[in-house]
Amino acid sequence: MASRPQPHFPEPDTKPFWDGAKEGELRYQVCPSCNAVNFTPTAHCQKCGGRDLAWKVSKGEGTVYTYSVVMQNRIPGFQELGAYAVAYVDLDEGFRMLTNVMVDGNPLELVKIGQRVRVDFEKQDSGEYPIPVFRPI
Amino acid sequence: MAQTRQAAIGGIHEYPLRVAPGVSAMQIKAASLKAALDDAGLKWSDVDGLYDAGDGEGGGGLGLAAYLGLKPRVIDTTQVGGSSYEFHAAHALRDIAAGRVKVAVTTYGSTAASSRIAIGTGGRGGGGSWQTNMEGPYGSTLISNYAMVKQRHMFQYGTTNEQLAQISVATRKHAMRNPEAVKAMQDLQFVGVNEITVENVLESRMVASPLRLLECCMVSDGGGAAVFVAPEIARDLKKKPVWIIGSGEATKYRENGGDITTSAGAQSGPAAFAQAGVSPSEIDIAMIYDSFTITVATCLEDLGFCKKGEVGSFIGDGHLAFDQPGLTINTDGGGLSSNHPGMRGLFLLLEATRQLRGESTSQVNGAKLAVAHGNGGLLGGTHTGGTIVLAAD
Repeated sequence: MASRPQPHFPEPDTKPFWDGAKEGELRYQVCPSCNAVNFTPTAHCQKCGGRDLAWKVSKGEGTVYTYSVVMQNRIPGFQELGAYAVAYVDLDEGFRMLTNVMVDGNPLELVKIGQRVRVDFEKQDSGEYPIPVFRPI
Repeated sequence: MAQTRQAAIGGIHEYPLRVAPGVSAMQIKAASLKAALDDAGLKWSDVDGLYDAGDGEGGGGLGLAAYLGLKPRVIDTTQVGGSSYEFHAAHALRDIAAGRVKVAVTTYGSTAASSRIAIGTGGRGGGGSWQTNMEGPYGSTLISNYAMVKQRHMFQYGTTNEQLAQISVATRKHAMRNPEAVKAMQDLQFVGVNEITVENVLESRMVASPLRLLECCMVSDGGGAAVFVAPEIARDLKKKPVWIIGSGEATKYRENGGDITTSAGAQSGPAAFAQAGVSPSEIDIAMIYDSFTITVATCLEDLGFCKKGEVGSFIGDGHLAFDQPGLTINTDGGGLSSNHPGMRGLFLLLEATRQLRGESTSQVNGAKLAVAHGNGGLLGGTHTGGTIVLAAD
């Protein structure tokens, strides 16, 4: 079982995103004033400063923009993973998310730029928030 | 636009030790300031402008002047990561030109190696900010941020590991000619304190793919100081002034649909060259923040030394070393092979100054124009770019 670092609260900008994760929803924001897709979550639109952002639920599918396989990390929660892939995934709705691409096998061989991936809400040993990671489709 | 000579670097010092147990960062800052003022021929009490990135214990805008015993008229605590010192030079140029100060100083001290601060290997867990809540659960390390830029650069432009390794090879060649860098590698127990080949780089351990060990900077202690002076002061100093003729500042961060292979340097570089009235092709020597090979490669493109995506062929023939024709970089040995106490932007200014004075251990004969470009923060994430163009007297 996984025991990644959990998000910490109170933190008002990202709370709705993580509440979504508990519901199995990958949430993002859209600005009704300028139509910008807003991510990472903030209370204001990062394009126009508008304050009436609407929350949407992503279909959870996207493309690997870039990645790196971290060979070792002494931080608890990652030490036991062995080599793992950190990635930027471009979701189909138009936002880019820092995440992990999880594979069964050697990530150096199995993760690729341009790969299609789908979100998977990974349950954690400790902590109430599942972590949205991605797996190849 | 004609070159203007409104402010100069009048004194410098680089703290010689890379492992300094029992010494505090504040002590390194104070010792370096004294040595830099001595280098210029100025007195402690001449200092009227204090620029600081808050790197010392209990320092910053509130504590550093009290610790040093200075009474500055301008206090600037710009902290933008490793490029802070290029920003300080930019602000000193502005403040001196405006007549607010005549002798401005910036100092740096760090005991990263002795304190065993894991600058690059730890994940960023917890914290509870709008950033850490979105990044902490994924184990993104400092190095993996840069590695993601390299991965994308190779994918998008066909840049190769062999080409990027030339950066490590050239800086190690320079380091082996710099006694302080050699001692640094010995004191930090490098495996093989010698010149390296492209093959050595490609055979070194993978840290965060596709970045290998010999593409990553060291973690050392260290520090230094620079003294920025007004023209009327510059004329009477012990050494010839090195003129600050252009500056540029920028920041960049993850954006939806953004291009990770372009850094903040694409904004700060052209601004600095425009103010200086020179083009990249006129530059003799470039000090580019070499946290990793990909940092240098990306910034060389962004500063305009070659087109975006063409840095592989630009550096692939190994001309970056001081004894080869063409652009030379990082003649002190850089962060890869001389020192990296966490924020090494100051050392870019110091080595550029040594080159334009003719004092480098890998001197480029007749060097007249230099650029110092710092990249602070995380290249693949939130970062800053600070570009300074310098001219010999």
